[in-house]
Amino acid sequence: MSKILILGEHDGTTLNPSTHKCVTCAKAIAGAQITVALLGSDTAAVAAQAAAIQGVERVLRVDRPENAHPLAALYAPQIAALAADYSHVFGPSTSFGKDLTPRVAALLGVPQVSDLMAVEGAYRFRRPTYAGNAIVTVEAEPSRILVATVRVASFEAAPNGGSAAISARTLDIALPAHTRYVGARSGSTDRPDLQTAARVVSGGRALGSAENFKLLFSLADKIGAAVGASRAAVDAGYAPNEMQVGQTGKIISPEMYIAVGISGAIQHLTGIKDARTIVAINKDGEAPIFEVADVGLVADLFQAVPELERLIGA
Amino acid sequence: MKKIMVCIKRVVDYNVRVRVKADGSGVMLDGVKMSVNPFDEIALEEALRIKERGTNAEILAVAIGVAEAQQQLRTALAMGADRAILVQTEQPVEPLTAAQTFLALARRENPDLILLGKQAIDDDANQTGQMLAALWDRPQATYASKLAIDGGKATVTREVDAGLETIEVDLPAVVSVDLRLNEPRYVKLPDIMKAKKKPLDVVSLESLGVAAAVWLKAVKTEPPPQRQKGIMVKDVAELVGVLKSKGLI
Ligand SMILES: Cc1cc2nc3c(=O)[nH]c(=O)nc-3n(C[C@H](O)[C@H](O)[C@H](O)COP(=O)(O)OP(=O)(O)OC[C@H]3O[C@@H](n4cnc5c(N)ncnc54)[C@H](O)[C@@H]3O)c2cc1C
Ligand SMILES: Nc1ncnc2c1ncn2[C@@H]1O[C@H](COP(=O)(O)O)[C@@H](O)[C@H]1O
Repeated sequence: MSKILILGEHDGTTLNPSTHKCVTCAKAIAGAQITVALLGSDTAAVAAQAAAIQGVERVLRVDRPENAHPLAALYAPQIAALAADYSHVFGPSTSFGKDLTPRVAALLGVPQVSDLMAVEGAYRFRRPTYAGNAIVTVEAEPSRILVATVRVASFEAAPNGGSAAISARTLDIALPAHTRYVGARSGSTDRPDLQTAARVVSGGRALGSAENFKLLFSLADKIGAAVGASRAAVDAGYAPNEMQVGQTGKIISPEMYIAVGISGAIQHLTGIKDARTIVAINKDGEAPIFEVADVGLVADLFQAVPELERLIGA
Repeated sequence: MKKIMVCIKRVVDYNVRVRVKADGSGVMLDGVKMSVNPFDEIALEEALRIKERGTNAEILAVAIGVAEAQQQLRTALAMGADRAILVQTEQPVEPLTAAQTFLALARRENPDLILLGKQAIDDDANQTGQMLAALWDRPQATYASKLAIDGGKATVTREVDAGLETIEVDLPAVVSVDLRLNEPRYVKLPDIMKAKKKPLDVVSLESLGVAAAVWLKAVKTEPPPQRQKGIMVKDVAELVGVLKSKGLI
């Protein structure tokens, strides 16, 4: 029997869909009993959301003022204490989970499997390496707690319809004072979230300026898409870091990905391998992006993008 | 700030298109160009800038791996590191073992700051810094895009999914770096000559009291499923037609 503890991700008000995806991954393990742990200063609202996920049996709330922000140095000892009752600990492969789970693993003295993309058994998984160019099947020792991050792009979100029991846990653990939250800048917009959007329009170096990215925002708004960017576009300051798609940015799996003025470097392609349909617009017919695109158009983006927006409306 | 330790991993160069061996035992490494992990170059560059800002900290570059990893440490010395240590082993080094090894070095060297890459572009694990910080019982600041040192504290801006987050940590601390922290300098020829005279110690894993362990067994390695080559359209009107027929717009 596998008892799986999932580290729920939230902002205090809304449970992140990465949690639902971790549940789907955990359900792929035969006989899994799934608990979602929520740390925060007040997790009442998000606990109700976690309890509603189909497949979740229990929701554990660990509320204390120091948990207001997800600082790994503070969260990890608490999760390591909870982990004693479980065979598996899963976190999402988001910046929240990637920061936190290795610290938990090290406190437990166990290794971590990063980016689970497929479950082949309770202790046997597939994961990508070398920017997704080599998929490795790994086996872990069942006598140890299995700590892993779940590659969220590989799993659908588990649906609602469940009604798990919610309980509060008080952990008598002294937390370090050496790490302090200062503040955040989030580029929150009304647009769909890049990591969960069904459609994504992404721009590369060819856009040439932050001003020109408005072309993409306009098209995206027309079709209800999120906007992404290549590393080159982010490095050049045309787009903020949270828009970067790729090996070292966000790994996404939309229904449709429109790559505009992006050459298609290996590191970028890693981020879009799971997109259902890839559309590429590039003025260079030899650009590597066309090798993976389902639909390609050789054109100057400054003409093609406004025309695309116009014709979609027509 | 007296001493900064920087982790330098030898990895397949990021421009190489990696191929999986036909027997599924791993990836082909024969004759493949090897380099310093790109994130580790950024980590070293940051250390050098902290030094050059007047702290005059000693910069220690450390690596774990095969004898040839000395090449990457020489590159680090040429960039400006003062001295280097290779912990030599022929075994593959998983992140937990790397973290244990760096812990042993940290206890011996007592750095004020450990800088390393957020991920190695071979295993893409993104674990070592966090594990090291846990074992060392010190703060971690991952995915740094800005780092300011002020006395015994560091203020770090981190690239997170929602945007940017700023945290403050007491030193000593472990900071893992992201792409936007800086642009690493190029190595000049005279620096390569000078680097040959800088100290590079080679020690064994065992001498640090670390056991080489296989934590996770790699059962097999496969290439990813290939995407089918798609169609080319001649103009925007045809593109819109195709997208409509696929039900995408
Ligand atoms: C460690 C490491 C990690 C990395 N991680 C990432 C990552 O996560 N994500 C990522 O994206 N990259 C990443 N990269 C960078 C990657 O290698 C490429 O450099 C980058 O993806 C290139 O971005 P680009 O396609 O926008 O720019 P370019 O490669 O410069 O391509 C621009 C394209 O635009 C086309 N173009 C120019 N003008 C027009 C026009 N008017 N109309 C239409 N097309 C036009 C050109 O033909 C060209 O194909 C990483 C690199 C390293 C070393
Ligand atoms: N064998 C190693 N030698 C030197 N540095 C390493 C080694 N393994 C990991 N690191 C460091 O840890 C970072 C993260 O690696 P990883 O956790 O494997 O993704 C790398 O960017 C390196 O700075």
